[in-house]
Amino acid sequence: MAKRIESVGLSAYYGGFRAIEDVSVVIEPKTITALIGPSGCGKSTFLRTLNRLHEVVPGARVTGQLLLDDEDIYGPGVDATGVRRTIGMVFQRPNPFPTMSIYDNVAAGLRLNGVKRKGVLDDAVERSLQGANLWKEVKDRLTKPGAGLSGGQQQRLCIARAIAVEPQVLLMDEPCSALDPISTLAIEDLMTELKDRFTIVIVTHNMQQAARVSDRTGFFTIEATGEPGRLVEIDDTQKIFSNPGEKRTEDYITGRFG
Amino acid sequence: MTTTSAHRPPDVLPQARDLQQPSLSRTALAGLAVVVLLVTSGLFAVTDLAGRAGFVVVATLLYVAAQTAVSRVVEGGRRSVDRLVTTAVIASFLIALAPLISVLLYTAEQGLTRFDWDFFYRSLRSIGARDPGGGANHAIVGTLQQVGLATLMSVPLGLLVAIYIVEYGRGRLAATIRFFVDVMTGIPSIVAGLFVLSFWILGLGFGYSGFAAALALTVLMLPVIVRSAEEMLKLVPNDLREASLALGVPRWRTILSIVLPTALPGVVTGIMLAVARVMGETAPVLLTAFGTASIVRSPFEGPQSSLPLFIYQEAASPQGTAISRAWTAALTLILVIMVLNLLARLVTRRSTLKK
Repeated sequence: MAKRIESVGLSAYYGGFRAIEDVSVVIEPKTITALIGPSGCGKSTFLRTLNRLHEVVPGARVTGQLLLDDEDIYGPGVDATGVRRTIGMVFQRPNPFPTMSIYDNVAAGLRLNGVKRKGVLDDAVERSLQGANLWKEVKDRLTKPGAGLSGGQQQRLCIARAIAVEPQVLLMDEPCSALDPISTLAIEDLMTELKDRFTIVIVTHNMQQAARVSDRTGFFTIEATGEPGRLVEIDDTQKIFSNPGEKRTEDYITGRFG
Repeated sequence: MTTTSAHRPPDVLPQARDLQQPSLSRTALAGLAVVVLLVTSGLFAVTDLAGRAGFVVVATLLYVAAQTAVSRVVEGGRRSVDRLVTTAVIASFLIALAPLISVLLYTAEQGLTRFDWDFFYRSLRSIGARDPGGGANHAIVGTLQQVGLATLMSVPLGLLVAIYIVEYGRGRLAATIRFFVDVMTGIPSIVAGLFVLSFWILGLGFGYSGFAAALALTVLMLPVIVRSAEEMLKLVPNDLREASLALGVPRWRTILSIVLPTALPGVVTGIMLAVARVMGETAPVLLTAFGTASIVRSPFEGPQSSLPLFIYQEAASPQGTAISRAWTAALTLILVIMVLNLLARLVTRRSTLKK
């Protein structure tokens, strides 16, 4: 069920501004790929092009190809809603739906897509919460509001919500940047577990995190403010952090730049 | 390198010599109040100052002055200013509250004389201004039907416009719509009545009816609902929309199931403000429903009355019997609006989760 992603000459624009240029990359199924780079280098924008969330911003558009197994998700006749159902996303700030209980938050993706049978929903909620390592903590208070959980729990709730719709790819946009080290550890462990089922792409500012959890690491950067971001290189994480192919990557990782 | 204290410019900030400062206790302040009351009583006995309101004003001013002075001596300048401003804020709040409470109390006092079975059960049919008895059943029915119909028309329309502006509107069309909604907000209510009178009643020849009044009230409610709903929808964090879209939920479903419920309490408050506003409208109803003394159950058949119209007509009469009916109608109007507000709060409280 995990799928392979390949971008071919992908560029993304906000109105007239080109945020990323000519990104070509292959992301293998059932791997964790970390995207690192300085702020504003376009790594989050690239992540948002992967589930067609980029185009939600007024004036934003994408050129190039993005192949999910061999289907171009930007091809004619492809429905963005369907793409997003296949590719889940977890955001930087935990954002559970404030009007919904824990149960309803996890069930939201299924319910809002028309699943009504209680048995199906119950199963999916328990499975997803267990998958997100949250079941034990919340199983006695499923009807309580999701916003009442701690930050780390909320983020795991959001992960449960994302995996409840059984996506094939999971995108994570700095999922731990608002969390303390213990919650971060919980989420990193979770990512390693989820790797067996999903293709995971994570954007992070934390290079240790990239080194700890990812199989492959991609380095984005910009030449100067106003220039588009580019993918400098992507390789096995071990190689990137020990012996990167590019001088710029090495400068960034060793802290000489950015 | 020199120490930082040598660089510090002297006496820019006076250093607190002692963190423990003397302060006025509650007992001291209460004592001060008693003294001020005694002094004021003496003042009113000796001079020709008189009247309850005057007593309150003089006593308050004296107390504020005395408190500031005493506090300045005991506690110092900053604390005395703090006390002065705090007292001024509380006094302003009480002054702002006074008209509201006095209107409520006076209306209740006057209105309770005719707050009886007949008033809610009977109409003014074959009741003259001089006659006792009679009631406002026809006016209550009229108000509820007209405002109810206006709400039924303006809420869906207003919400859809607000949703368009916030969620879909881009560029010139949305800006134009927002501009015209602003213009509509400024329409005097009698103009809304005249519009329906000339267009619906005289132009299309439908005749006076409760429904015509509902149309005029809709014109008045629409911009209020659009603007308040627009502000509330804008407050919904974009994170939530993106979270829902990222789950593969279609846009319309996201708006319906995520955005609207999140904004619901504010939206309902806006709707209730609009309802309360038009419920008291007299001029547009006079021009469109015209008014009648009989109970008309259908808002589509001929002239209908309404509570503000009833008040307007009865209060214009010199007879005490009519005037007390007007007071009771005013009390009823206030109660209806209060009950509707409470119901709306209960409904929104139930729909949002308890923390």
